Amino acid sequence: MLILLPLSWLVYYSFHDRAGGFTLANFAQLVTDPTFLDPLITTVILATSSAIICCVVAAPMGWLVARTDMPLRRTVRALVTASFVTPPFLGAIAWELLAAPNSGLLNQAFRAITGAEQDEYLFDIYSLPGLIFVIACYTFPYVFVLVANALDRIPGDLEDASSILGASVWTTARRVTVPLAMPAVLAGALIAFLQAMTLFGSPAILALPAGFHTMTTKIWSLFQYPPNPELAAAASLPLLVLTILLLRAESFVLGRRGYSVVGGRQGNPRLVSLGRWKWAALAVVFIVLLNPVFLPYGALLNAAFSPVASQFVSLGTLTLHNVEFVFFELSATKLAFENTLILCTAAATIGTVMAVVIAYMTARKAIAWHKALGFLATAPVAVPGIVLGVGLFLSYTRPPFVLYGTLWILLIAFVTIALPSAYQQLYSAFRVVNPDLEEASRILGATRLGTLARITAPLLRTSVIATWCFIFVGVIRELSAAIMLFTSETKVISVLIFDLNESGDLGAIAVLGLIMLIVTFAVVVLINRIPGFGGVRLRNT
Amino acid sequence: MAAGTFSRRDMLKASGAAAMTVFASPLRAAAPEPTAITPALIDAATKEGKVIFYTSIDLPISEKIAKAFEAKYPGIAVRVERTGAERVFQRIGQEYASNIHAVDVVNSSDASHFIVWRRDGLLAPFVPEDVAKHYPADQKDADGLFAGFRAGLSVIGYNTNLVKAADAPTSFADLLEPKWAGKMVKAHPGYSGTIMTATYEMSRDLGWGYFEKLAKQRVMQVQSSADPPKKLALGERAVMADGNEYSMFQIKESGGPVEIVYPPEGTPLIVGPNGIFKAAPNPNAARLFQCFCFTAECQQLVSDFGGLRSFHPDVKEKPGRKPFRDIKVMTEDAAAVEKNAEAIRAHYTKLFRV
Repeated sequence: MLILLPLSWLVYYSFHDRAGGFTLANFAQLVTDPTFLDPLITTVILATSSAIICCVVAAPMGWLVARTDMPLRRTVRALVTASFVTPPFLGAIAWELLAAPNSGLLNQAFRAITGAEQDEYLFDIYSLPGLIFVIACYTFPYVFVLVANALDRIPGDLEDASSILGASVWTTARRVTVPLAMPAVLAGALIAFLQAMTLFGSPAILALPAGFHTMTTKIWSLFQYPPNPELAAAASLPLLVLTILLLRAESFVLGRRGYSVVGGRQGNPRLVSLGRWKWAALAVVFIVLLNPVFLPYGALLNAAFSPVASQFVSLGTLTLHNVEFVFFELSATKLAFENTLILCTAAATIGTVMAVVIAYMTARKAIAWHKALGFLATAPVAVPGIVLGVGLFLSYTRPPFVLYGTLWILLIAFVTIALPSAYQQLYSAFRVVNPDLEEASRILGATRLGTLARITAPLLRTSVIATWCFIFVGVIRELSAAIMLFTSETKVISVLIFDLNESGDLGAIAVLGLIMLIVTFAVVVLINRIPGFGGVRLRNT
Repeated sequence: MAAGTFSRRDMLKASGAAAMTVFASPLRAAAPEPTAITPALIDAATKEGKVIFYTSIDLPISEKIAKAFEAKYPGIAVRVERTGAERVFQRIGQEYASNIHAVDVVNSSDASHFIVWRRDGLLAPFVPEDVAKHYPADQKDADGLFAGFRAGLSVIGYNTNLVKAADAPTSFADLLEPKWAGKMVKAHPGYSGTIMTATYEMSRDLGWGYFEKLAKQRVMQVQSSADPPKKLALGERAVMADGNEYSMFQIKESGGPVEIVYPPEGTPLIVGPNGIFKAAPNPNAARLFQCFCFTAECQQLVSDFGGLRSFHPDVKEKPGRKPFRDIKVMTEDAAAVEKNAEAIRAHYTKLFRV
């Protein structure tokens, strides 16, 4: 229902003209008009390159962290989590501060060091390669987490067997470990591709100044005055079709290879000794992490306290002006924070409860249509945020459900977006809990729900909390659906930051962005500190 | 004529052409009696406790206006909803289409929006005392639906660290020289009402050929007309092809390395009216806020702190700024902008690709 209603409106609109008559004109315009074809091609190049970069960088890192004796492995995981928690649009703005061709801090440093002319620069972030780079920075955690978790689970026995049969460490890695990790890498590549394809904030921030569109920014521009929802709906469908095709391709590939990961009782994976290379590996990992974490956070901190965002702040120039502005002058701050926190908490709670119930029903085959239910819960993954935004807008601005202008429409969007991954996580968690305990409880007279609440849920506590945090963080990061659905009363932080970027208020963005990150980390840490909740790290996500 | 202020008549003299404007509407229903700020109005407004102000004025100034109002009338909070004028227009349209009446008072840098809102019957007739007493006739709507809150210019500018004064461009024609390729920043008419109005005036006076050539100069395309001045201040680009004069004043007067150029072809003039919506959720607070906006006190703040030009004759302009009457401006024509907005947007997108 959540997903079918917006999608049917989407399809309906795409085949109709303004007067309501059936037409294919929207699609005809789509395939003939170069202002639509160019963004489509750009988007495909963008998504493919980002996915490749993510895999090349993140898969080896995942292996280093899961399977070698590289030092500081936990710290590295935490830092990858930090880049996951960073909203991509905030990262894009931070990279503007760093690598805008003239005012970017890195380019200034480059000129200062080499004595180059004022027009020369090292990086130009306002370009397709720049955009690909920034998107890869905030997409690689998906690949990393999948690969690292898969490698954590792959039993060491197979590798031991390989060694016993006389293979060298490297042969084992090449012949055993890599093939075993391949499904995770492929799945990661797919997620990276989909993320890059459906992101809205980063292209809006970096591609528009450079004078090109991606599909998401193009769809969004169709909602500017005079709005053209019919064309926007038609332009959304290629993204939707592409996503569905890719997901089918993935299940086809994984369907054949997935068996390899299923192991019995496993010994702890054996760590490969890197010897003296371990420090070199760590250095490389930290250089990689400079890009999504250290440099952008540094640039944001600098911009927050500097009178001009492109100047390196010093004790003499340090100013609290931006902080004052955000807290005492910007009248949208309080409302946006309230809305964001309400939505994050509500979406995380509702989403987790829904995911627990659905995962329970499907994993325990509690109802007749459990397979269809599982499919429905996963289906939203095929709907890019901006497409969902368009669909929800079309559905809920008209009777019978007029929800536009309320927080409900945003809540629906966020829960829908979060549900697939939440469900997947909890489903796999249910699979490892032995049903015997639940059956015992049932035999002793407890109801199904009672058992779920008293026996199963506590057993799954870690996964449930991880899922909750995952949705919470995801909602804070979300911009593409929110940008289609907000009104002045229901603005969220991500939209506020996007607004400020359009008027060039970088200092205020830096302050808001940093507060947002602090709140996010605080919530995640707090939830994990509550007695009895146990320690959870986001690595499970 | 007090020093540093100006009226529509000056503009016409300056530009040497008469034009139909949004304010030259035929006399229909007479405007309502002017309203003064009375204790009764303040009481009624304080009961409502808040007012929602949709505007395209750059945030630091619009929030300053809000804070000045809050300081004067404690207990009434102003929430500023700031985005580009074209977005404000789209947002109100989208909200009203869904029966969401969130906006109390609106200010737009695209005066043509008021033609649409008037046609749709969305605006409430209301005349603040200051408007009736002090404002030039051509800045007041005949039906009392809105009045000219501010005027601004879209100017050329450059970063003084990156460009020597002797090398700086002096006209729109100069911007087409190859040496500025890749070094300019400009704002977008699909976002900014200032740039929409300016694009209309320039395409009329200079022809679209100017924009065709400008589009080949690899300009950095930003959204708000307040952003090019900020990109200059950052040092991100050397020259701005368009942008707010008022943002330039603010940056320059606080020591930023920027300088304004008034092109001899004429500088695009943009009037930003204020109006109240009929369906305003806080009608009394809206009236009080509208009254406050047109007081000499608020207008002086808008001029001093904001760098905007005011129609209030009691406002004294800051020394050091070029007096308005010495500037050759292009003629504003809101009715023509209203007719051509969609075509302008389409033409612009075709040339600049975004």
